[in-house]
Amino acid sequence: MEQFPRRLLTVVTEAVLERDLVTELESLGVRGYTITEARGKGSRGRRQSDWAQEGNIRIEIVCEPALADRVAARLRERYYDHYAMILFLQDVSVLRPDKF
Amino acid sequence: MPQLDPVIWFFVLGVLAGAARADLRLPAAIYEFVSTVLLLAIGLKGGVELARDSGGLPVAELGGILLLGFLLPLPAFALARFIGRLPRADAASLAAHYGSVSVGTFAVVMGYLATRGIAFESRAPVWVVMLEVPAILVGIVLARGLSGNIAWSHLLRELFLGRSIVLLLGGLAIGWVAGPEGTASIQPLFFDLFKGILALFLLEMGLIAAAQLPTLRRHGLFIVGFGVAVPLAFALVGAGLGDLLGLSLGGVTVLATLAASASYIAAPAAFRTAVPEANPALSLTAALAVTFPFNILVGIPLYERLAAALAG
Repeated sequence: MEQFPRRLLTVVTEAVLERDLVTELESLGVRGYTITEARGKGSRGRRQSDWAQEGNIRIEIVCEPALADRVAARLRERYYDHYAMILFLQDVSVLRPDKF
Repeated sequence: MPQLDPVIWFFVLGVLAGAARADLRLPAAIYEFVSTVLLLAIGLKGGVELARDSGGLPVAELGGILLLGFLLPLPAFALARFIGRLPRADAASLAAHYGSVSVGTFAVVMGYLATRGIAFESRAPVWVVMLEVPAILVGIVLARGLSGNIAWSHLLRELFLGRSIVLLLGGLAIGWVAGPEGTASIQPLFFDLFKGILALFLLEMGLIAAAQLPTLRRHGLFIVGFGVAVPLAFALVGAGLGDLLGLSLGGVTVLATLAASASYIAAPAAFRTAVPEANPALSLTAALAVTFPFNILVGIPLYERLAAALAG
């Protein structure tokens, strides 16, 4: 079975940013993403998911490495200063390259 | 023991359970559902009453209340900036939160007045709508300046299409169109169960307020002082305006309570995206862990007495 290399970008951030981020991602050319509600603890304290107002979300994007890097750079530039946000990149393999 | 409305005890239970880290959490979907029912119920109730008395909406009164929404943030900003010595963005954020209103507090004063058989103007939900947005706009301008780089069209859209405004106005419109007979079929959920739904809402609010306590400890006395002094002062202003506008005893109590209340939904969300450098925990903690409990436990009975004193 042939596999194709892509990059997985995972972003964990404040739920309040969801709409802005989705617009941002689409303007950068991201075609698909998965968003889930999340909770956890980090440098900005514990983030609960039981109140949407204070909750976190996790966004996962699988795409071409160059695009993933562009998105990561943009998010870092725009949001790192003032928002609770982490992101990390992983190399992954996909079976249908045309989808990602 | 003071004669507390039973729903208030649910709030106390939530705070105690949260502070003790009891194994108690309402899923986010329940909170969403409960607050949706409350907002619709408040709107519907107002709409049905409006359909019944068909007095229309007095323009001068609504203008006065709108003006109140624009003016309230100014003294709050001055207090936070020059006495609290907070950074400009934080002071503006507090000003926006305290100038705007809390629908939860409004629901509690509705229940309080209903229990005592005190009538108030049926158009009161409209006051909530008029008071919610202006203070947030003023707060953002205080943080950014008029020439600041603000995406106004995006911001206004978010504010006017926020949950509370859509559901309150939607409920109001449905109640108005359907009238008392038309809404009879939905009465069990929205009217009969109002107090029970409010109790669940307050339980959750207690848990959320308890979660703010660590932040409260960190920010200390100024926040507590601000969170009690500002509502007391604003209640005086609200009651004064209500008296001036010739509102009923219940109406003056409601307007005083609204002026005293602080937003913990619309203002935090708007500020988080429009003024991200403001510390979100500061304003939210003041509004949720200090002012909300103060208003529902101590404030509302006090504001009723204030209204009675003005009327007498």
